[in-house]
Amino acid sequence: MENFTPLSALIGGSFIGLSAVIMLAGNGRIAGISGILGGAISSRGEEKRWRVLFLAGLLLATLLYQFVSSSPITIETQASPEFLVVAGLLVGFGTRLGSGCTSGHGICGIARFSKRSFVATATFMLFGFITVYVTRHLMELGI
Amino acid sequence: MSIATDHKNHESTFAHSTVALLSGLLFGLGLIISGMVNPGKVIGFLDLAGDWDPSLLFVMGGGVAVTTATFWLVLRRERPLFETKFFLPTKADLDGRLLTGAALFGIGWGVGGLCPGPAITALATLDPSVVLFVGAMLLGMVLQNLVAE
Repeated sequence: MENFTPLSALIGGSFIGLSAVIMLAGNGRIAGISGILGGAISSRGEEKRWRVLFLAGLLLATLLYQFVSSSPITIETQASPEFLVVAGLLVGFGTRLGSGCTSGHGICGIARFSKRSFVATATFMLFGFITVYVTRHLMELGI
Repeated sequence: MSIATDHKNHESTFAHSTVALLSGLLFGLGLIISGMVNPGKVIGFLDLAGDWDPSLLFVMGGGVAVTTATFWLVLRRERPLFETKFFLPTKADLDGRLLTGAALFGIGWGVGGLCPGPAITALATLDPSVVLFVGAMLLGMVLQNLVAE
């Protein structure tokens, strides 16, 4: 467990939780990224405005961090372009079909004691574990 | 027409917009600080049989601790600050769509190490892999929308 970073994980996690609370208390919305993103594509007018602004906030976080911090943002993708496309398609299709992702189901749904979110979170985690086991240890795809 | 709907829904467009932008900013900073924008770190968590990195569990734990401690208090109010009502999911039953969707998402997550929040946040680095992933993810969302219709 040499890569384990519990403190920054807890601090970052609290930021995410705080973001979700602000969104709920201020605008009455669930800070679920796949829902906000999907809605930003399909909705119009006022519905589109706040969604685009939330997404702009995500992008701004990276720019702000790069501006302020001396340490660069590490992004290591091991998957080949073909696998990245497959992964993207599955994540996009799956999160919309399943009404949420790690944030909407994981961070917000669990706090609302939603049965659907508990089950969804357990399901995508389980399939994530299985997939990495299969790709890394059974098939040794190197991704 | 759009102006009429604006005022029906929101009392203060400026405050509503600020909340959305700030919430997104905090969310993104949380993902960056915790290292979750890095697909390698996420895969490190999903790789139980490898050199396991439990960090993601602490990110979820930190996030869920804050939301669980506060959501019930927020939801005791009659309405949010800048909206006329709370917009909460209404479905309560488990169905095939939920399970199939979550399973497909989990597989994609395991292959790429990216989920929607980190993918959009990391998009601003213009990392080619992330750009490719986000393009495919948007296509997947549009496809799901078409199938649903």
